[in-house]
Amino acid sequence: MALIHLAIFLPVIAAILIAIVYRYVKDVHLGWFALIVPAAIAAYLFTLIPTVSNDGPLHYTLNLMPRIGMNFDVYIDGLGLLFAILISGIGTLVVLYSIGYLSKSERLGNFYVYLLIFMTAMLGVVLSDNVLMLYFFWELTSISSFLLIAFWYKKDKSIYGAQKSLLITFFGGFMMLGGFIVLYIITGTLSIREMIANVDLVIDSNLAPLAVVLVLLGAFTKSAQFPFYIWLPDAMEAPTPVSAYLHSATMVKAGLYLVARFTPVFAFSELWVWLILLVGLFTLLWASFNAVKQDDLKGVLAFSTVSQLGLIMSLLGAGGLAVNSGANESIFTVAVVAAVFHIINHATFKGALFMIAGILDHETGTRSIRKLGGLLTIMPITFTMTIITALSMAGLPPFNGFLSKELFLEAMFELSNANFSVLADWSVLFPILAIVGSIFTFVYSIKLIHGVFLGDRTHETPKEPHEAPALMLISPIILSALVVIFGLFPNILSQTIIDPAAMSILATDTQLNTEISHWHGFNNPALWATIAIVVVGLALYLFRHSWMFIYDYHKEQFTLNYLYDQGLIYSQLGSKKATDGVMTGFLRDYMVYIFGFFVVFGIITTFFTGLPIDFDNYSEIGIQDVVLVIIILISLFIIMMTRSRMVSIIMLGAIGYSMALFFAFFRAPDLALTQLAIETVTTTLFLVCFYHLPKKSKHEEAVGFKFTNFMISVGVGAIVILFGLAAYSNRLFESISKYHIENVYELAAGGNMVNVILVDFRGYDTLFETLVFGIAGIGIYALMKAKVKGKDDDNEEHA
Amino acid sequence: MKSTLKRAGYGKVQRQMNDVFIQFTSRIIFLIVLLFAAKLFMDGHYAPGSGFVGGLLIASAIILLLMAFDFQTVRKMIPINFHIMISAGLSIVLLVPTLLFLFGKPFFTHQHTYINLPIFGEVALHTAVPFDFGVLLTVAGTSLLIVSLVGGQED
Repeated sequence: MALIHLAIFLPVIAAILIAIVYRYVKDVHLGWFALIVPAAIAAYLFTLIPTVSNDGPLHYTLNLMPRIGMNFDVYIDGLGLLFAILISGIGTLVVLYSIGYLSKSERLGNFYVYLLIFMTAMLGVVLSDNVLMLYFFWELTSISSFLLIAFWYKKDKSIYGAQKSLLITFFGGFMMLGGFIVLYIITGTLSIREMIANVDLVIDSNLAPLAVVLVLLGAFTKSAQFPFYIWLPDAMEAPTPVSAYLHSATMVKAGLYLVARFTPVFAFSELWVWLILLVGLFTLLWASFNAVKQDDLKGVLAFSTVSQLGLIMSLLGAGGLAVNSGANESIFTVAVVAAVFHIINHATFKGALFMIAGILDHETGTRSIRKLGGLLTIMPITFTMTIITALSMAGLPPFNGFLSKELFLEAMFELSNANFSVLADWSVLFPILAIVGSIFTFVYSIKLIHGVFLGDRTHETPKEPHEAPALMLISPIILSALVVIFGLFPNILSQTIIDPAAMSILATDTQLNTEISHWHGFNNPALWATIAIVVVGLALYLFRHSWMFIYDYHKEQFTLNYLYDQGLIYSQLGSKKATDGVMTGFLRDYMVYIFGFFVVFGIITTFFTGLPIDFDNYSEIGIQDVVLVIIILISLFIIMMTRSRMVSIIMLGAIGYSMALFFAFFRAPDLALTQLAIETVTTTLFLVCFYHLPKKSKHEEAVGFKFTNFMISVGVGAIVILFGLAAYSNRLFESISKYHIENVYELAAGGNMVNVILVDFRGYDTLFETLVFGIAGIGIYALMKAKVKGKDDDNEEHA
Repeated sequence: MKSTLKRAGYGKVQRQMNDVFIQFTSRIIFLIVLLFAAKLFMDGHYAPGSGFVGGLLIASAIILLLMAFDFQTVRKMIPINFHIMISAGLSIVLLVPTLLFLFGKPFFTHQHTYINLPIFGEVALHTAVPFDFGVLLTVAGTSLLIVSLVGGQED
């Protein structure tokens, strides 16, 4: 177990400790304890940067279940390290921010436990080499995101948003698992590195397009691309620290990580490249168009996040061409570098903007832009930060957003010139879509600044606004400072973090030696594009009231949200109808279904295959067996005839003890002991249950009812006897007990084979059965308590 | 016993029936059953027995007391909360395989050594024992929880 495994699991272990601490320490904000964890992990990861960028990737293994290939392999290369630093670094800032944002009256214990679980899960996603572990951590991020969105569960909208996010991301994750299984079928391995090494197998296989589509479904749902983006605006019901962490800087980037990680495997496929490019660009345009009309601060930021993710996605699509096009390599390498750079930049400015939105909400009591205005003089620090981050988002110098936006526009222009595929004539669309999308990005960035801080003071805010306390300001200040620093000195990052990440995406060993410069020359079309964006954007904003009427031209039925809601309602109605037809509420009916089907199935099997019964192999029947069988038959007869419940129970007990004797005769002492003990306990249970049963009724069942019971009982008995005899007559395989007998002493140091099987050879089975036992106990407790409470309520109503 | 039968719905119970006999003997039998349960548990790996049987027998012993006395008295005699028993059992059952990780072997590979004790001689230490103990606690706890709940525990 290496230090990195500990680093990944540290948040979960800390979560258990923090939950215990929360019970006893209430006067110190729990966030201070939680802060240590991401800070420590970030510090450790920073020390790894020189090693990874100079020597290459690190690899550690932890054997979990080697026989089925499920090992916890950790592979730290540039891409994984970049994401891990983002996760832990922004995690630290978010926890610090949350100490100021969440008051002590909230359920802090739950909040920090969920957040820390998320941190472990996300670290697991980006550092894992084994696809099964990746899937496990992926779904764990969906679950923790669900819990965090529904944090204020008393609000209906929170539950709705959480359910929507869960359904959509679970669907995508499941599809992704299918894609991984297809890859496993093609390449025979579950390790991503080995899949990259065996990429020829993938190229030749005709299952590859299926894998491409399935894996991309996973990526698009998690990264909220069109048409799956509908969960992200509803996820804004979460507390702002959650929005800043999960839904802008880390979790939604998991889809981008997936695309980047699998680029070496799939980039040969034109389907892959085109799907990602087109979906990404369309998302960029669609979401930024929709962002302009939003009135809620967080709504603008949500759509803006979707749009920026589309931007990065399209860059990764373009970068995919770099992996195998060979000749025009350097052009597409720029796209990959731009993608990585924008991932970092977006995390800084979007995280800061969400925190600013939270500050505004906290201080003024509203998130509606209409109600805000003229806060420039009252909240100067917040205003400065907003200027920095929003203009960076719009792509203006001297901020880091400008640099990555320039690279993006350059890449799109190069694509339109390059000649790389069948649909190359359409490639002139790319820069157009990119520019239009960027225009709208500019518009809503200006709207954020102008609508909130400039203009006149509206007096519609619920609370009297004032500047935020220092605790809430530190994190956004740090992020805004990073925006400026990376904007002025981008080459701090370029060779240390960006290059190793780009190299892992492109699966090359050649050093890239990237240098990002501010001035690309007058010939550069990207420069003119930026100037055009600023001019047109300003014009659109200044004359906004004349063209924003087009937002009202949409029918309710054609929105994706409507589709989702209707789909949910009708699927629930449909399944309720189907279930109500079958589940009548009577246990006896269910038994008739199950056993009736069993009998019919048995008869059909016997009819088609016959029952070869061979009496030669059977063991001797002694007089003691005959006596026991007679005792059992007499007990059964008495049970059927008697009218007294007590007698029935005692006779059932008699049958149980006879079975125990049978086990003893067949030389199975463990089984006999267990049967005796269980029989005692359950007979006691029956006796005690008597108290709650109603008095025996005089009601006689119908003859048809009794006849059905009779036929099914006889049928089940006969089928089981016949199948048992047939199975014993034809032994197709050697008995597994041979393996156990040979190995019980060497491997397990035991003498009692039954117990050794329970505890050692099949110990995993026992583990889960014990869990089931415990759950059954807790379930019965809950049911009994609910029943008792229900009774009391009824009495109170009548009284 | 009389009270149990009465609660089971038997209106007419023999007048001579006295609880004294069973209350006296149950306390002795309880101890014997408990010792037997412990023996079965410890013997598990080399002779018939295991955590399951041990748990069930412990439950049977306490059920015997429940038959003789009523629930409040038994609660005073044995002040163990069954919920805690179940939680402790489940935690041990989950912790043992996870901690086995630290030996660097795949998940859930048992380890064993032999040590020399002064009186007992050579004794085997096997990680299956704590695992089985967790099973015992869970089984005993759940059986007792169900019996005490259905039997009308007021808690």
